[in-house]
Amino acid sequence: MKRLLNIRPGAGGRFVLGAAPVLVALAAYAIASQAQHDANPAEKILPTFQAMARQAGVMALQVDPQTGTIPLWQDTAASLMRLGTGLAIATASSLLLGLALGLLPILRGTFGPFVAAVSVVPPIAILPILFITFGLGETAKVLLIVLGVAPVMIRDLAGFTAALPSEQIIKAQTLGASTWQVALRVALPQVMPRLIESLRLSLGPAFVFLISAEAIASDVGLGYRVFLVRRYLAMDIILPYVAWIALLAVLFDLVLSQISRRAYPWAHPAAGR
Amino acid sequence: MTAPSLLYFRDVAVQYGDRIVLEQVSLAVEQGAFVSVVGPSGAGKSTFLRLILGQEAPSRGVIHLEGEPLAAEPDRHRGVVFQRYSVFPHLSALDNVVFGLDCAGAPLTGRLRGPRRAAAAEEATALLARVGLSHALDLYPAQLSGGMQQRLAIAQALIMKPRILLLDEPFGALDPGVRKDMHGLITELWREHGLTIVMVTHDLKEAFTLGTRVLAFDKPRHFDDGGRAYGSTIVYDFPLDKGAPPVDPATLATLKDRLDPDQA
Ligand SMILES: Nc1ncnc2c1ncn2[C@@H]1O[C@H](COP(=O)(O)OP(=O)(O)O)[C@@H](O)[C@H]1O
Ligand SMILES: [Mg+2]
Repeated sequence: MKRLLNIRPGAGGRFVLGAAPVLVALAAYAIASQAQHDANPAEKILPTFQAMARQAGVMALQVDPQTGTIPLWQDTAASLMRLGTGLAIATASSLLLGLALGLLPILRGTFGPFVAAVSVVPPIAILPILFITFGLGETAKVLLIVLGVAPVMIRDLAGFTAALPSEQIIKAQTLGASTWQVALRVALPQVMPRLIESLRLSLGPAFVFLISAEAIASDVGLGYRVFLVRRYLAMDIILPYVAWIALLAVLFDLVLSQISRRAYPWAHPAAGR
Repeated sequence: MTAPSLLYFRDVAVQYGDRIVLEQVSLAVEQGAFVSVVGPSGAGKSTFLRLILGQEAPSRGVIHLEGEPLAAEPDRHRGVVFQRYSVFPHLSALDNVVFGLDCAGAPLTGRLRGPRRAAAAEEATALLARVGLSHALDLYPAQLSGGMQQRLAIAQALIMKPRILLLDEPFGALDPGVRKDMHGLITELWREHGLTIVMVTHDLKEAFTLGTRVLAFDKPRHFDDGGRAYGSTIVYDFPLDKGAPPVDPATLATLKDRLDPDQA
């Protein structure tokens, strides 16, 4: 008998194994919600799949007469705008600062401890400061995402850059490369796959900060909607929204992973070319 | 007056804190020499190469390259091949070799374009063919064997026509057969390009086969004081040119013993 840790499922086996818990959970939910509904049709805590589908249809397809827009798409657009802006700023600044801190000992000495200190402050604790300073508009929400994910990304990339084999940096210099050329041609391309990896890991926290900010002060957005309908215990809206948020997060993760594989094949040797 | 030596060390020492690694290193290397450097692990052989590279400054003493004080940081006049990590994993073999020409010709973008890129690629392709990698131009280093990676690293360094080529145990990680092929290649390239080479090696036989001169680094006072506070220096300097006196077998045996007990 093989050791447990040496037993590997094949490709088909992996799919079945991966799908099994999801199917079991869905089936269990279907049974429980149906039983609940049969006992008391007015009960809201465990909406049936039919009820959720009905509400999802209303949110995704029908124009809300008060605002003249379709709620799900308006919420999604507003949230993605905030998320995208925040992540774009965080990604760009962590790439620049990470490379600079990783390559230049002077900067590492000056700003390294500062970034380390900032990255241990819980971002949610800064949220009131942001609302007071920047008002309740978009700026504070975007900034929360930036401040929430950028310091960790900066530290990750600076550490990765500094850990590039010194042989490579020396070799580049013996080939005549300037500081700028080492950054541009040696460090930057090797950091890119790690940046994408870091961004993928930041998606989760970024969603947390987005939804927190929207829950507290907003009039549109996925987080706003979930916390709004919470007042009416509208689980038949909350659950589809949560599923939609999860689907978006998984989708972004997949897209980023594909971009990395396509653009940086040398960083994924197992996948072949 | 004769022309100055290509490389000149006078009373050079390297010290980290109160730990002395090298001391009293004096040496003159002539243009065209193939200098092998041997010594036990930790004797400061790599430190010696880092000094020549300019990666590190001596704590004391003077180093000259072609009669001028050595530039205090690595530059294109001193090429290097390390045992590992000498090539860029994110560039194809061809791009690895073009890299140096890119840097020289495109200070801002770091990448040549148009006809200049074509000319650089042609030059790099010829050099890659010379080291036996014509079939691997578009492969990434991870797709090359250890021996092929070292061939690539050598071609990459040679395209800059360095005044001196430094090799730090370049064949140390290779299989014996591959290593033998590499010995042939480096000897041919040394002759064809009129190179001056300083090569650190663990392998005494390799040192004597390839070199026109062998330097042995060790602690001179190792035997009487237990090697506490003293650094290594050049304890033997064997010229191997034609007409040089034969190496004393007894000295060679001592050296073999010091280098690696289980190799003897
Ligand atoms: N930056 C450093 N700080 C302190 N000690 C060092 C440093 N670099 C090398 N050494 C020490 O110098 C000695 C010689 O190292 P090295 O030149 O790598 O030896 P070799 O290449 O002959 O094996 C070693 O004992 C090493 O621990
Ligand atoms: Mg060494």
